[in-house]
Amino acid sequence: MNSVLLKALGQRSIKLQQTCLNWKESFEVAGAALVESNRTTAQYTTDMIQAFEDLGPYMVIAPGIALAHARPSSAVIETGLSLITLATPIEFGSASNDPVSLVIGLAAVDHDSHIDLMAALSELLMSNESVTFLTQAVNESEVRTYLS
Amino acid sequence: MGIGTSVLLKMNAEKVLEAMGVEAEVLAADITKAKRDGEGADIILTTPELVVLLEGMPGKIVPIEHVFDLTEIREKLSAALL
Repeated sequence: MNSVLLKALGQRSIKLQQTCLNWKESFEVAGAALVESNRTTAQYTTDMIQAFEDLGPYMVIAPGIALAHARPSSAVIETGLSLITLATPIEFGSASNDPVSLVIGLAAVDHDSHIDLMAALSELLMSNESVTFLTQAVNESEVRTYLS
Repeated sequence: MGIGTSVLLKMNAEKVLEAMGVEAEVLAADITKAKRDGEGADIILTTPELVVLLEGMPGKIVPIEHVFDLTEIREKLSAALL
């Protein structure tokens, strides 16, 4: 399961203890990490931000966790993830799951071929221990070791 | 968007339904697709923020606050299935 996560997290897709002032900045970091790891173009970052502006904080799917994502489009080069943790948790406007400390950027080429990835992600994020580990981690190698 | 929340809710709803011994067809959809194709759904699982966008759909709208909380999903599905 976990090698699925590692494969989805390309080089430079993990940015820990980031200082962001608001949800939009955190989405910009999540989006930039997807671009840097060659999973998306910059348009995808714009799309994610637009989606949040259109639909609100529904992307804050569990306490402290936001899943930044947009529709599949030509802005997605390859299915992938970015993993961003915030040095200071941010209010996203979610009624029950604020403040956010972990932003997962998700890009998919279509609606179904990333099911295994979502299953692995679900297993990871279902564990309070894992989420705590990720939000407190300070370097990328410890995260990659943890995920393997 | 149809790739994130909907996929997670579908996966976890299927887990819960199987454990409950309930046979169901579960489809994942983004808000546009749900409104367009979801009229036949008995139950629509969604997040609290999207409930207002689904008003008027014939099925029961069931908001799930924590998509990884199988207990919450089970409790709310059980209630909706009564």
